Amino acid sequence: MGVAIEVDNVIKRYGDHTVINGLSLDIKPGEFFTLLGPSGCGKTTLLRMIIGFNTIEGGEIRVDGQVINKIPTNRRNMGMVFQNYAVFPHMNVRDNVAYGLKTRKVDKAERRRRADEMLKMVKIDQYADRMPAQLSGGQQQRVALARAIVIQPDVLLMDEPLSNLDAKLRVEMRNVIKRIQHQVGITTVYVTHDQEEALSVSDRIAVMHDGVIQQIDTPKRIYLRPANEFVAGFIGLTNFLPADNDGGTLDFGCGYRVPVTTLREGAQKAVTVAARPEEITIHPAGEPGIPGEIRSSVFLGTSTHYFVALNAEKEVEVTVPSDLSDTLADGTKVALRILPDKVNIFNRESHTSLIREGV
Amino acid sequence: MNKRQKIAPVWRVLTLIVLALFVIFVVYPLILILYRSILDPKTNSITMENFTRFFTRKYYTNTLKNSFKVTVVATLIAATLGLLMAYITRQVKIRGTKTLNILIVVSYLSPPFIGAYAWIQLLGRNGIITGFFNKLFGIQLPGIYGFAGIVLVFSLQSFPLVYMYVCGALENLDNSLNEAAESLGASNFQRVTGIILPLILPTVLASSLLVFMRVFSDFGTPMLIGEGYRTFPVVLYNQFMGEVTNDNYFAAALCVIILFITLVFFFLQRWIAQRHSYSMSALKPMQPREVRPLSKALCYLFVYGVVFLGMLPQVTVIITSFLKESTPGMFTNEFSLVNYRTIFSKNPLVIPNTYLFGLCAIVLVVVIGTLISYLSVRKRSVLTSTVDTLTMLPYIIPGSVLGIAFLYAFAKPPLALTGTAAIIIVALTVRRMPYTIRSATAIVGQISPSIEEASISLGASEVRSFGEIMVPMMMPGVIAGAIMSWVTVISELSSSIMLYRASTQTLTVSVYTEVIRDCFGNAAAYSTVLTATSVLSMLLFFKLTGKRSISV
Ligand SMILES: Nc1ncnc2c1ncn2[C@@H]1O[C@H](COP(=O)(O)OP(=O)(O)O)[C@@H](O)[C@H]1O
Ligand SMILES: [Mg+2]
Repeated sequence: MGVAIEVDNVIKRYGDHTVINGLSLDIKPGEFFTLLGPSGCGKTTLLRMIIGFNTIEGGEIRVDGQVINKIPTNRRNMGMVFQNYAVFPHMNVRDNVAYGLKTRKVDKAERRRRADEMLKMVKIDQYADRMPAQLSGGQQQRVALARAIVIQPDVLLMDEPLSNLDAKLRVEMRNVIKRIQHQVGITTVYVTHDQEEALSVSDRIAVMHDGVIQQIDTPKRIYLRPANEFVAGFIGLTNFLPADNDGGTLDFGCGYRVPVTTLREGAQKAVTVAARPEEITIHPAGEPGIPGEIRSSVFLGTSTHYFVALNAEKEVEVTVPSDLSDTLADGTKVALRILPDKVNIFNRESHTSLIREGV
Repeated sequence: MNKRQKIAPVWRVLTLIVLALFVIFVVYPLILILYRSILDPKTNSITMENFTRFFTRKYYTNTLKNSFKVTVVATLIAATLGLLMAYITRQVKIRGTKTLNILIVVSYLSPPFIGAYAWIQLLGRNGIITGFFNKLFGIQLPGIYGFAGIVLVFSLQSFPLVYMYVCGALENLDNSLNEAAESLGASNFQRVTGIILPLILPTVLASSLLVFMRVFSDFGTPMLIGEGYRTFPVVLYNQFMGEVTNDNYFAAALCVIILFITLVFFFLQRWIAQRHSYSMSALKPMQPREVRPLSKALCYLFVYGVVFLGMLPQVTVIITSFLKESTPGMFTNEFSLVNYRTIFSKNPLVIPNTYLFGLCAIVLVVVIGTLISYLSVRKRSVLTSTVDTLTMLPYIIPGSVLGIAFLYAFAKPPLALTGTAAIIIVALTVRRMPYTIRSATAIVGQISPSIEEASISLGASEVRSFGEIMVPMMMPGVIAGAIMSWVTVISELSSSIMLYRASTQTLTVSVYTEVIRDCFGNAAAYSTVLTATSVLSMLLFFKLTGKRSISV
């Protein structure tokens, strides 16, 4: 089960305003594929082109090799879960879930059987006869999910399905979504602006910015090996430090030099080092490292988070695993070092990664 | 929502059908009026003679002046009364608000001329109250006629409109605004003039405009109570319907003049309202409060007093409907059902006609209105926007002008509708359409587009999604609106009076013709049946919607 989706050089315009200009991506059968990016970058626009609510001004979208540009939405056999649930308020839960079967002329008994089965799967079978108004947000989203899956769609599309839920429910529901997608194995395109959500549910993630794909990769590689500074900055917390590449050794000035093994051949001199808070270590002042001064600290349980000022403008964040030793006092002078094999290094002009393949 | 997507052919066809209907039943008659107004009655050549004749004779221009005078004064009084009533009932706990609401709507819904006729019964030359004072002081009071009479009737009859609109606006006014102003040290007076009034100003203006147009174009009231005080619509009606002076082309010119005036005021109102419009929705509306006993007493006195005065004509009519007349207009104290017996035997069609026409019009209004509002919100295109604008036209067409236009347009084949039930039903439908569309548009706007998209993604066609998802979701709001439409439609007079025949006579028309013929007993009985219907419909409205207030 599951179909492949190829988005081939598509263009979307609203009047004169081009939102997406020649975007391509391939989604594999049965894959949980996420479009991740800041608000307004065109995720919803792309998703709605796939399902057919938006026209396509150029390029084509193929499902299992067949061009679907001109097929109307109601014949694309794609299920969609909306941000605001879009549960039909005048139908009870079971009728909501069975609606797509009704439009497919499935007979009544079979409809009921399949709807009930699906309600069990999303664990709301006890509410089958309730009206949506009597359900919580999380329960309504389960109805919407069941309703989209029960029609056995080729593709399941979800547009920020969790953003209307509170934090705790979000985590719970994203596990439900992940589990069910795994069970039924439908090709799924998921849209979110929440990187943690994307990292936790996806097989692969496409990071978008201003209608352009920045990187398509597994969550792990997106996090650990971002393709450019935008991705590095958007996913997780990242400190950007300017440095010079001196033939495989990073020179941060102030006498701190550190050799790296991950740089690709012939990398430029002017680079930016992207170090996550856990990729920086704190050492006593005077030792080799970038000199700084502790501004403040926050104890977070498993770790302690330090804000360290390098100079008047530049501040970096560092996390240190918690132990019983004393927290460094504000104003303490320190030296910061990076973990050379973990950090990412970007070309300072083009902002693209200088890390070689395979590390 | 994705705008400017291709519209499915069904929607295009439906839009075109609706467009065609509006062109035939609104645009064409209006154009005909415009055309006739510049025709010479004798030679049929183009001329401005009709307009010159109007503007050069003092007799005619005076009527325009008179109309403006009564309309401005009555509108100001009505707006003040309505505003005060709404504000007080929102701010102060008043017992029986629900009943008061019904009474206020009832006093609004009866056609104004019924008020005129009832006030003559009370304050006229031989009125009950006049007679009482005459006897008491041994004097001969002249009775209330002319300017004062017209203003009295219109003010009391129109304040409910302002009241209903302002109540709606106040309901949407979040109390935190009030509290914020109070916490910033604003006095009660400052709060009202600085915060509340500016926020509800667009509503006040919009409702005042409705009052203005209604008063300006009503002919029944000045006809009955005006005596020598001649207003513009009276001249219009006489020119068109009068037996002595009947000049159709001159009447057409008068129609154009009144259309021009309502148009100017419509845009003036729009212009002011747009510059002061705020979107509001209250999380926590203002709650009525307890006030000091003295203020409370004054508030009760005012609110109940105004409602009493507003209802007095109705009450008079209802009482007299059960009394026997000795001579026309002189009622004995004897209880009798003779009036009712007369009206039921005289023209047994009147009541069925009223209900049937009203029902047909409502069905048409609801079906077409729902469709247009859906199309103009969800399938926005040049075509649907055009239809949306066209359907607003009747908003500024006085009923009598519409009636005259229909008579011009549908006298001859292929659309020889004069004297049929159809022409009245169409007139009622057209007149009510703008209101229904506006409320239905608001309802569509509140439904998220993704609901419909969900249905389409589940395999339903656009038409099926509309039928199975949109329509059921819109229904509760639309039905509530339909009940109010029903109540207004059955009390419509100004176009029906132009279009009726004996076989298509309705209740309001009957009241009017009976009053004109001095058969006050029959008029009272007809009117009472009308009032009873309105009250029952309104009770149904409250029961179904669970609301406490009403918007028309
Ligand atoms: N119907 C529309 N008409 C015009 N512009 C639109 C429309 N829908 C979206 N846009 C524009 O397209 C861009 C991408 O929007 P969207 O796809 O909704 O972003 P996202 O879902 O990533 O937040 C935005 O700049 C938005 O203003
Ligand atoms: Mg979006």
